[in-house]
This record gives sequence, structure tokens and C-alpha cells, in this order.
Amino acid sequence: MTNEALIPVVGVITDIRKDTPDVKTFRVVTPDGKKAFEHMPGQCAMLSIPGVGEAMFSITSSPTNTEFMEFSIKKCGCVTSWLHSCEVGQMVTIRGPYGNGFPVETAFKGKNMLFIAGGIGLAPLRSVINYVRAHREDYGTVDIVYGSRSMDDLVDFKEIEEEWKNEKDFNVFLTIDREQEGWDGHVGFVPAYVKEVNIPTDRTAILCGPPIMIKFTLQALLELGFNKEQVYTTLEFRMKCGVGKCGRCNVGNKYICKDGPVFRMDQLEELPSEY
Amino acid sequence: MKKIAISNIEKLYNEISSLQELYLPVKKAGATNFAKYENGVDVDIKSLQTVKSAKDLFFPQSEDMIDFKVSGKNIEIKDARAQSNPFVLFGVRGCDLKSFEVLDKVFLQEPVDTMYKSKRDAVTVITLACNNPESSCFCKVFGVDPANPKGDIQATIVGEEMFFEPLTDKGSELLSKLTTLEDGDEKAVESEKKEISQKVEKLPFVNLDLSNFKGENLMELFDRPEWEELSKACLGCGTCTFVCPTCQCFDIRDFETNDGVKRFRCWDSCMYSEFTKMAAENPRKTQMQRYRQRFMHKLVYFPANNGGEYSCVGCGRCVKKCPQSLNIVKVIKKLGGKN
Repeated sequence: MTNEALIPVVGVITDIRKDTPDVKTFRVVTPDGKKAFEHMPGQCAMLSIPGVGEAMFSITSSPTNTEFMEFSIKKCGCVTSWLHSCEVGQMVTIRGPYGNGFPVETAFKGKNMLFIAGGIGLAPLRSVINYVRAHREDYGTVDIVYGSRSMDDLVDFKEIEEEWKNEKDFNVFLTIDREQEGWDGHVGFVPAYVKEVNIPTDRTAILCGPPIMIKFTLQALLELGFNKEQVYTTLEFRMKCGVGKCGRCNVGNKYICKDGPVFRMDQLEELPSEY
Repeated sequence: MKKIAISNIEKLYNEISSLQELYLPVKKAGATNFAKYENGVDVDIKSLQTVKSAKDLFFPQSEDMIDFKVSGKNIEIKDARAQSNPFVLFGVRGCDLKSFEVLDKVFLQEPVDTMYKSKRDAVTVITLACNNPESSCFCKVFGVDPANPKGDIQATIVGEEMFFEPLTDKGSELLSKLTTLEDGDEKAVESEKKEISQKVEKLPFVNLDLSNFKGENLMELFDRPEWEELSKACLGCGTCTFVCPTCQCFDIRDFETNDGVKRFRCWDSCMYSEFTKMAAENPRKTQMQRYRQRFMHKLVYFPANNGGEYSCVGCGRCVKKCPQSLNIVKVIKKLGGKN
């Protein structure tokens, strides 16, 4: 790879699914209907609309999906707002993959897995979860704790209800922050729910969500008896190049775009807390 | 060893520029910077330091990348990266030469930055020894010998003459084509170099202590309370990063042209509040954090990733140009030595 890596290819949005009031999932393929490139779970791609901007997104779909890539994107800034306003058939530009991804073929292999997500934090985990489903024999029990502000804010609700809950040895625990009409599931914040469910400490845990949720969930896991070496997370940072040169995502002696975005909690401890 | 009388040097510029494009220190509107040699320019070869560094030649302040054609929902991508022709860069001082090594470590590391590499491959560098280093110079602290800048060709001014010594094949090839030069004697150059080395030893910042800037002290240095005081006056103007020969942070931006969108990359600064700003979060909210990032990167993070090599070459431009008199020397004095 050279910095032709900074030169994207054209992608076409072939499907837009409204997941929540502020999250849409975009399906992207090349103009000839193929995937733009292969990736591993947890890796990212740069999407751009010329004249609007370019931004880094985690690839939500699993690499085992051979037909297309999906990106679950929350409307929050320039590029994301523009994407939310576009229609099927819109072209974008895409380049990647960037980052290290989750160690699904090494450290995770043969492990019982625990996925903990808050809100849009499910997006990068969905890639790993569906990868694990596609290679079911390589992983043990899978526990998923997922929480959102309300039931309307749960991303991928249909896939969770119809597919994940029916998967063998998958336990799905959903929670929302406040009581809501039509919701008969658990109510409460993710960190407290994680303790309540009392998940066995043999799991390899992956955490993704707002910083405050990560902080308190990690604390909850440590109280349950987990150690930092078995907890992973993925970071978000402003990026421009994606290959460790533009300097933007430098924290300590790491570049989030190439040394991350996936880090183990004990590795994060060795970095200044500027993420 | 070749030489030319400085009174004749315009002839040399003309001869080089007849072979390849020639860039050298040119005075314009009171400021000397590297610029293309053309008829009528005011060459300022003796100027000790250009205002901006020579990094411009490999990593321009702004550089086109892509032309997009946008029509309706459709996008077409056209590569807009310029090709580089061979060129000669004349008058590079030891500090700026060292900065090329630092930039190489960033841009030539995999994945290789082709925009940078094409220009690095195209250049023949003629360095120039510093006869009179200034009080703001501290290149020796970072292992630079201003008497011996090892370019493709090393030039030294002795009295009213300039001497040329080829150090690489590229340098020998260029030198062999230059008929305006005559044979010169090495002795004069050697004694000039000795004199320079003696002057360097007497510079005020020559004994700055860097011993505390080690990877294993990363967290301790990050948490030092002195950063507050050191950064207090910082305006976040970014002048230090723009004149710095090793600062290499960049932005990628678009602008709409008459018939499409042009994407370009341009210098950026970690001193700017928007550098790390995302839609919902900014990990570095205060100027202290941004100030700390710049110096931690140069003195601790970069060496930790590059075999102990610092991302400062001691050119002293930040010392001269900061409107608030903040600079890396103050940081080194405060945090660099063993306590």
C-alpha cells in the first residue's frame, strides 16, 4: 500500500435503513456491485462526499458478508448529517481498511465472549458479533449486554431480536435508561446491569460506547473480578489520513488510526488519558 | 573540491538552472525564503536562515490531490497529484538537512507517501556550512554539525569564495557538469570548519540537557505541573508549527471549483483548537493540552517510535518567531534535565 491510500474509490449507497431516530445504516458497494475492499472486524473506512468532507467510520458489517459493506452512522456532524439527508443511488468515496481490528483470529479464538455496548457503540461490535456467528465453532458462549437511552434508540433491533437471540449459546441482555411504554425488558444503565447479570469472569470482554459508559462499565467488570488484560475497547478520534502521518490521532506514542482503534484496557493505561 | 568567487556566483546559478530547476534563498518583501531561481530575483545565499524551512519543497504548504467531478448523485475521481521534475535545492543549512531525515521517518515509512517521495527522489541538495551561527541556534544539541552538513554536495564559504565538495553520486554527477567552477584547495575549507566548530561551542543554548526525555518517562513528563506555566501565554497562533522544519501534521480539505471539487492537503497545527475536534467531543480542550502535545510529540513520543531520534533539529525558528516568546528551549530547560 502506498499513499494511493489517500486516494479513494467511488462507492454507491444501495440501501439506507433507518435504525433509530438519529441512526441510519448505509449499504455501500462499488459501481460494479462489489465490496470496495476486504476488512477485519473492528477496522474502519474513510467515507467522503466531495465538498462536504471525509470522516472515519467503523465498518459495521462482518467481513463474512461477501456482498456489501454496511455502516451504521449516527447523525451528529457535517458529514453524518449530509449522509442522513441523501438517498439510495448516491455516490460517495471510500478508502480503507484502516486500523488493527479486533484479534478475532488470535486472542479471541476459543474464548467465551462478552460484548457490552451503549447506543451507537454497537456499530463496531456488530461486525465482530456477526463474524463470531459465521465462525461459531471457533468461539464459546457469547453474552451481549446492550443498552440505549430508549427502545427507539437500540440499533439493529430487528437483527438482535430475530437472529442473535436465536443463536445457540448466545445470551442477549437489553436495557434502556428509563421506563417506556411498550418496553417490558430491563430498565437501568449498562454498568449496573452488567453487575446485575453477574457474567462469569472467564469471558473476553469488548466494550464500546460513550466514554462515561466505558469508564463505569470497566469499573463494574473489575469489581466482578475481571482483569484489564481481558477487556478490549475501540477508540474514536478525529482522523484525516488513516495511516499515521497527518498527526491528528496521535496520543502518547500511538496513532489511533494505525496502532488502534482497538486497544486492551491495560495497554490504554500506558497512554496519556487524552482520548 | 571545486570553488567559485562569490562575485561570480550568478553565473553558477544560471548554469545550474539551465540544467535543472534551482531553488535557493531569495529575498522578497524583506523576508528570505526558498524560491525558484529566475532572472531578477534577489538571491540571499548568505542569509543564515530562511523564515520558513525548506520542508516546503517536499511537503508544500498546500498540495492538490484529487479533482472530483460531481453531477447529481454521481462522482468521478481524477488523480490531481503533480509529477516532480529533478531539481536542485541550494543553500540548505545543517539543521534543515537534518529535518529531512525526520520527515523521511514519517513520510517514507510504510505506507510510503508518494507525494513526498517523488519530490525527495527528485532533489539534489547542496548544503551550506554556517559561518556564523546565531545565538538562537542549538542544532548541536540534536546532533547536527553546522560546519559539516552532509548533502549531495557540501558548500562552504571561505572569505570571498565558495567551495564545493561532492558527497554522493548524485552530487558528483551535478558537480561534474558545472563548468563555471574551478579547482579549489581543501586546506582553506578545513580551517573554516574548525573555526565554525569553535563558534558553536560558545553559543548560549549549546548545553541544553535532554537526558530526561525518554520513553520510560512518558507518563511522568505528561503529568508534570510545569506545563500550565509553560503554556500560559500561548495564543494558539500556530506560527511555531508553520516555521518548524519538522512539524508535519496536515489536513485534507475540499473546495468547490467552477466545475467540481478539488481535494488538497495542507499544513495543519496541533496548536489549533479544532485540530482534534469531533462533532461531539474534543479530547484536547485547553491550549495547555495542545501545547503539551506539540512538545511531548517532538521530545518524547517521536523518539519513542524512532530509535531515540528527536523531532527537533535546533534551528531556533520558534525561538525567533513566537509572538509570546514561548519556545522549545524553555520546555527543554524546564523538563529536560535530571532534577
